Amino acid sequence: MSKTILTVDDSRTMRDMLLLALSDAGYRVLQAQDGMHGLEVLQQEMPDVIVTDINMPRLDGFGFIEGVRRDSKHRAVPILVLTTESDTDKKDRARRAGATGWIVKPFDPAKLVAAIRRVAA
Amino acid sequence: MDPMAAIRETFFQECEEQLAELESGLLAIEAGDSDPETVNAVFRAVHSIKGGAGAFSLDDLVRFAHVFETTLDHVRAGRLAATPETLKVMLRAADILSDLVRAAREGTAVDEARCAALADELRALDPNGGVEEEDDLSDLNFQPVLVQLDGLDDLDDFELTSDPRHVFHIKFKPRPSLYAKANEAALVLRDLRELGELKVACDASDLPHLTEIDPEGAYLCWDMELTTDKDETAVREVFEFVAWDCDLEITQEGAEGAASGADADAEVAALLALVRGADQNDGEPVSAGVTESAMTGATEEPPAAQVVPLPVKQAAKAAEGELKAASPTIRVDLDRVDRLINLVGELVINQAMLSQRVLEAGLARASAVAVGLDELEQLTREIQDSVMAIRAQPVKSVFQRMPRLVREIAAITGKSVRLVTDGEATEVDKTVIERLADPLTHMIRNAIDHGLESPEKRIAAGKPEEGLVRLSALHRSGRIVIEVSDDGAGINRPRVKSIAVEKGLIAADAQLSDDEIDNLIFLPGFSTASEISDISGRGVGMDVVKRSIQALGGRISIASRPGHGSTFTMSLPLTLAVLDGMVVTVAGQTLVVPLTAIVETLQPKDSEVHGLGDNARVISIRNKFTPLIDVGRELSYRASAADPMASVALLVETEGGGRSALLVDAIQGQRQVVIKSLEANYQHVPGIAAATILGDGRVALILDVDAVVATSRVEPAFFDDAMAAVG
Amino acid sequence: MSGRELMAFRIGAQEFCVDIMAVREIRGFTPATPLPQSPSYVRGVINLRGAVLPIIDLAARLGFGTSETSARHVIMVVQVGQQAIGLLVDAVSDILTVSGDAVQPTPDVASEMAKSFVRGVLAIDGRMISLITLDNVLPALESEAA
Repeated sequence: MSKTILTVDDSRTMRDMLLLALSDAGYRVLQAQDGMHGLEVLQQEMPDVIVTDINMPRLDGFGFIEGVRRDSKHRAVPILVLTTESDTDKKDRARRAGATGWIVKPFDPAKLVAAIRRVAA
Repeated sequence: MDPMAAIRETFFQECEEQLAELESGLLAIEAGDSDPETVNAVFRAVHSIKGGAGAFSLDDLVRFAHVFETTLDHVRAGRLAATPETLKVMLRAADILSDLVRAAREGTAVDEARCAALADELRALDPNGGVEEEDDLSDLNFQPVLVQLDGLDDLDDFELTSDPRHVFHIKFKPRPSLYAKANEAALVLRDLRELGELKVACDASDLPHLTEIDPEGAYLCWDMELTTDKDETAVREVFEFVAWDCDLEITQEGAEGAASGADADAEVAALLALVRGADQNDGEPVSAGVTESAMTGATEEPPAAQVVPLPVKQAAKAAEGELKAASPTIRVDLDRVDRLINLVGELVINQAMLSQRVLEAGLARASAVAVGLDELEQLTREIQDSVMAIRAQPVKSVFQRMPRLVREIAAITGKSVRLVTDGEATEVDKTVIERLADPLTHMIRNAIDHGLESPEKRIAAGKPEEGLVRLSALHRSGRIVIEVSDDGAGINRPRVKSIAVEKGLIAADAQLSDDEIDNLIFLPGFSTASEISDISGRGVGMDVVKRSIQALGGRISIASRPGHGSTFTMSLPLTLAVLDGMVVTVAGQTLVVPLTAIVETLQPKDSEVHGLGDNARVISIRNKFTPLIDVGRELSYRASAADPMASVALLVETEGGGRSALLVDAIQGQRQVVIKSLEANYQHVPGIAAATILGDGRVALILDVDAVVATSRVEPAFFDDAMAAVG
Repeated sequence: MSGRELMAFRIGAQEFCVDIMAVREIRGFTPATPLPQSPSYVRGVINLRGAVLPIIDLAARLGFGTSETSARHVIMVVQVGQQAIGLLVDAVSDILTVSGDAVQPTPDVASEMAKSFVRGVLAIDGRMISLITLDNVLPALESEAA
């Protein structure tokens, strides 16, 4: 059974690019528009990996990660953060919030899939 | 379409939305909005544009967005105050960003000097003097290289044997935080194994007695020996996500020392089995840490079980939650929507034709067929309404373009202007919105250029130095009403009148009411080169604005108060696809009169109708003389005048609020009709707004009430001349 | 030049033809809804599967006087640029395949009105068939006419 990836990003462009790259790689893709929406999706879905943006309305990536880690059902799901540039400050904050790893934007499909493979069993 | 091209298109659409958000956010901040979320939204807009632009290698856009983003980040962090001066720079930066987006979309060139100058202005706002930016930028420039590295990796895979082999000794001791972040030591081992030959020894000496195991703890430590053709960077990359959450030692050596690791894998497996067993004995739900990773690693069947449907109540609740989050949307090609609208239009016509045939067949109204048809009609109408609603959009998209225009014209004219918009959420058909942009642009230019006085004059008149232009939209009796008003000097009536006389538009001794004088500005030929300034002019006068509004089935009027300003009011139909009309008979022809124009219908009495001059007649309605217009003669359907007593009069209101009575032979009824363009295959016909297809399958014309009333004022001989000229 | 297909039709005793590529369909005559303020050769508009189609009385347009319409008249639906137009003619007579050089210049005897539409003439089996262009069958734009 193919793995399910939840992508959380407020940018339609980014969601579309993630969808294209991930579905081409054979993953089932769920989409959420911001952290709040992401937590709502998690009420009824059990993704194998979450890919999330940081800057989002309503609930940003940091808050979303903290929310996921507080939820006993999902606390063990790997979370990859999308960051622009190699922003060490952001990576550090994301790590402290509980992110498993990160993907530097702009990404290419191979790199995205490699990062997912790295954290998914 | 190639999926990447489609995403690129999405990106540009999204840019438009983000640019609009950026501008409205900056304007809100300028107006005193201190909500941190507003600044965040503004920051996010620029950040997203930069992110997407990076994906498509739009370097100019990325570079400028980056500088802008840095400035906004300072504002967001409170390091930079959002003063009016700062905001002015940022608003202009938003304009540049918008130019850059358009240039990227259309592949055109941008004014690089202007971009660079504004980037410098933004950097100058930086409280740190903008030093770090350069570093970040160089960082950005390196990004394409990252992609190339991946390519090299692939190459390596094909040349496994050609590289010299290295041996690494790796000591890896995860800390509890590693597991808390959902990383797994087992996956790290798996990835290392993919790099080459791996020997693993597990050190479980720290493992406490089973009963004392903290499920969140980390007790294992691995000693590994990796023989690989990859270099140390590649080995360290495997630990990229876990480096902070473990003790890691990597040493490289030449010797191929064999560890006692041969049995290590078996040991680990045994250990994991042990732990798993302990868990099952406890019967406790697994939460996290080592135990969980063991669980998920071993049990492959649960994912299927998780797709079991949720209890109905819970699912409903979740669905409700999702609704609240943001009503989900899909993007559809406009062509598809239009095809659907056309088809529904055909359906409405066909349904009407069918109803008429059934009626003609003499079936009773209560017959099952007739009742069924009634229901079909109801359904058809509902489908039509729903389909029309798809095309409805808030006027926001066109209103949003105006602040930039105002800034530009204010800068050119040296006037200080504040634009206030209201009713941006008011919805109207997309086509109406698109075709509103030009007339609105012209009217706003006009309001600033001609309406508002210079700052000196305003101060002298006791007005605030800053002029006010207000743009508003609202729904009123099935139409959308848009107003553009200014608090300027108002129409200079003596001047307007003298211009009109000069241009030969009115007689020198014409006695005109204030209202009539104000409306002279809509006359073709009123606005000419001598008064066209750089801004309002460009050869377009208010007559063109009026014509474009009329082409949309709308009306425009002006109200002005000397010293207080002017208000232009436009009233437009909500859709260009259907219209509620009164179906009437005139000289054997069936015509449709838009219901919105009709105030009331009446049966003229002999005592009420009076002749006036040669051909003109008036009708007295509640003691007010109203022009009586013979539609049959106006449209040249017949030569002789209709007998008012054998006719019906429709009291109509035209643009500017004037009233006239239209004389028709009989009223057939009211119905909603699908508007069909005459221009598509023919051309505009004077006095006719459009056509429609009635239940009998024949074409009926829709009367242009304003045009008929307007031409009826022209000398009757006009039509004969026109006919002669055409024929 | 290779063969070119033309559709021939009759107006009174005369024969005309147009490029067959411009012809979309032929249909029987249906009464048209007259358009006010229109030249006499514009018969009005009809409903062609939901589209509003103007009907041009080609005889009147060519200056032969208005047709007395009857059920035997046909409407030739032609495409002119982006627009579809119905041409009222007496009957469609033939489909001709001719070579480009078969078209001869218009003789000087034709009326000025006819000459503005006739591109040239063809001699086929002793018949004279005028090749007409459809570019100007619609009235000039309102602004120019008024």
